[in-house]
Amino acid sequence: MSAFVIRRLMSMLLVLFAISVLVFVIFFAIPGIDPSRQMAGRNPTPETIKAIKHEFGLDKPLPVQYVLVMKHLLVTRDLQSYSNRGVEVVPQILRATPVTFSLIIGAAVIWVFWSVVIGVAAALLRGTFWDPLLMSLALIGIAMPVFWVGEVANLFTQDRWHDTFLFSWVPPLGYTPFTEDPVMWFKHLVIPWITLALLYIGLYARILRSAMVEAEGQDFVRTARSKGISEQRVLGRHMLRVSMITFVSLFGLDFGALAAGGALLTEVVFGLPGVGRLTYRSLAGLDLPVIMATVLYGAFFIVIANALVDILYARLDPRIREPVTA
Amino acid sequence: MSAVDVAVGVPEADAGHHGPWALALRRLLRNRTAMGSVVVLAVIVITAAAAPYYAKHIAQVDPFESNVTGTTTVDGKTVPVIQPNPSGLGSTPIGPTLERHYFLGADSQGRDVMARLLYGGRTSLEVSIAAALLTSLIATLLGLAAGFFGGWVDAVISRFLDILWAFPVYLLAIALSTVLLLQGVKIGPVSVDPASLWLPIIIIGGVYVPYVARPVRGEAFSIRHREYMEAAIAVGAKDRQLILAEMLPNVLPVVLVLLPLMIATNIVTEAALSYLSIGVQAPNASWGTIVEDGQNLLYTRPWVSVAPGVLIAITVLALNVLGDGVRDALDPRGSLRIRRRTRRMS
Repeated sequence: MSAFVIRRLMSMLLVLFAISVLVFVIFFAIPGIDPSRQMAGRNPTPETIKAIKHEFGLDKPLPVQYVLVMKHLLVTRDLQSYSNRGVEVVPQILRATPVTFSLIIGAAVIWVFWSVVIGVAAALLRGTFWDPLLMSLALIGIAMPVFWVGEVANLFTQDRWHDTFLFSWVPPLGYTPFTEDPVMWFKHLVIPWITLALLYIGLYARILRSAMVEAEGQDFVRTARSKGISEQRVLGRHMLRVSMITFVSLFGLDFGALAAGGALLTEVVFGLPGVGRLTYRSLAGLDLPVIMATVLYGAFFIVIANALVDILYARLDPRIREPVTA
Repeated sequence: MSAVDVAVGVPEADAGHHGPWALALRRLLRNRTAMGSVVVLAVIVITAAAAPYYAKHIAQVDPFESNVTGTTTVDGKTVPVIQPNPSGLGSTPIGPTLERHYFLGADSQGRDVMARLLYGGRTSLEVSIAAALLTSLIATLLGLAAGFFGGWVDAVISRFLDILWAFPVYLLAIALSTVLLLQGVKIGPVSVDPASLWLPIIIIGGVYVPYVARPVRGEAFSIRHREYMEAAIAVGAKDRQLILAEMLPNVLPVVLVLLPLMIATNIVTEAALSYLSIGVQAPNASWGTIVEDGQNLLYTRPWVSVAPGVLIAITVLALNVLGDGVRDALDPRGSLRIRRRTRRMS
């Protein structure tokens, strides 16, 4: 086990290093692009460009530049926005994190519950018209762009049906911290939760259904049935359990990606001041230091989270500990 | 599901008379659901291709020219395209007239929404299809090289793909777009203008390479030591012949199965990037940019934003259904190692 942990952590460090190099190359070393001009935002003064050249050592060789950039990002964490003078980037990201977590945890609860219900129902009702109906609905959920679903939701809850009993409780777009007013926090987030969950309900219901159907054909299910175990028990203890393995590992990856700012479209549509909207606002001004920091921190978060999930998995399932060949 | 049953029902003796490709095509043609999606897609492609005709002869406007002071005719009466609000504050573009001019109304610059939708569809489809082809090309080259040569070539390519894989797609796309949008790309003789459609094509096509290259590599790896490969080596085939004549036709199904899904993912990715204003740039319009254009008009003229979203959803849905059909046709036994899901922004 400890050999696996060490191997996994080593490969994690390697990937983190590679990602930091990739980020550096994208922002500072694409041929034909002047990085000081990039970092300075839309309409820079010559002084700003000079300051940037000095700060990142842009007249020095590339490895030195790389070290300087990483120092500002990770060690001293004093990277500043040039479009928005003097605002430090890293604390801004940390402040936005609770909002993002509020959004994605609620959405995850909804999507796990409904995708399990729909996926299991479709697998059980195979051969009836319910199965294709549920799976078509799931496909529609996947096909709709999230930001568009959000706009349509806003259209009805904020405007068209806002004065009816249905949606008169919906507050204007925005966010209230949980610690300030839990009820308001909930009211602000319900619609965003459902909007974000729709896509994942569709994806996970389809994944779970096909995993259940696959499990049904396997020997251990036939054995369980032939032993005379009740159908309910076969379903719950055998089929669903083995189907959840794929479900859970995908959930870990998707949740990690959302936590790292992947929910930015939902945050933008609903005006939630999370990490994603921070990125979005810097996109408008092409405020590269902020974008670079969110990209690096987001990617780091995902890589570390994946490594932890793998280690947790190896604890649960010894087969995973063996080194993978080819 | 019916497609699987049909596929199993095909007498395998037929395989002797027809090649595997003809067999797959027959399976696909018999799949009613998949054929339905082909019809839907054909309608969308044809109407998008007819955008210039619609703008010139039916709507009779230039959908890229703002027309803030213009007028149009509704029920025989002449009305302004942009109407001042009754309250006196600001102005509202005309809503859907359901006539040949301004069928779906105008956007905030007085441009014909219907005509823009058709042009937008053209751009969205062009970008998504071109990006999918680019992904397929790069992924096939990398996957074949890694699978055929193995050893250090495979090690380098696989590690490179692993790193790209670990990098969240949307963060990579955002990073590349913001950097390239400001100054465009100039690498040697190749220069790409920031407003060019090639920029989103290269970015979207590039970020999804690992998702296709990995299954291609896996498939190439698994056929590397098949008997027909050894037979070809025994009769003195060169590397190039081995790759092109023996391996390529056998990994092609993997790419083909993924192609409709790649295009679907690309449409959503393009729309998301354009919605964030870092995808397709003005003067070009795509479905994503039109959704963004309409955002400020959401409560007064919702159709500007709603209509392109409906078209995106229908197209993506049809492509997913077609993707299922193509998979059932090319891989009825589910033996290809394909990981179907690609991550995307939400």
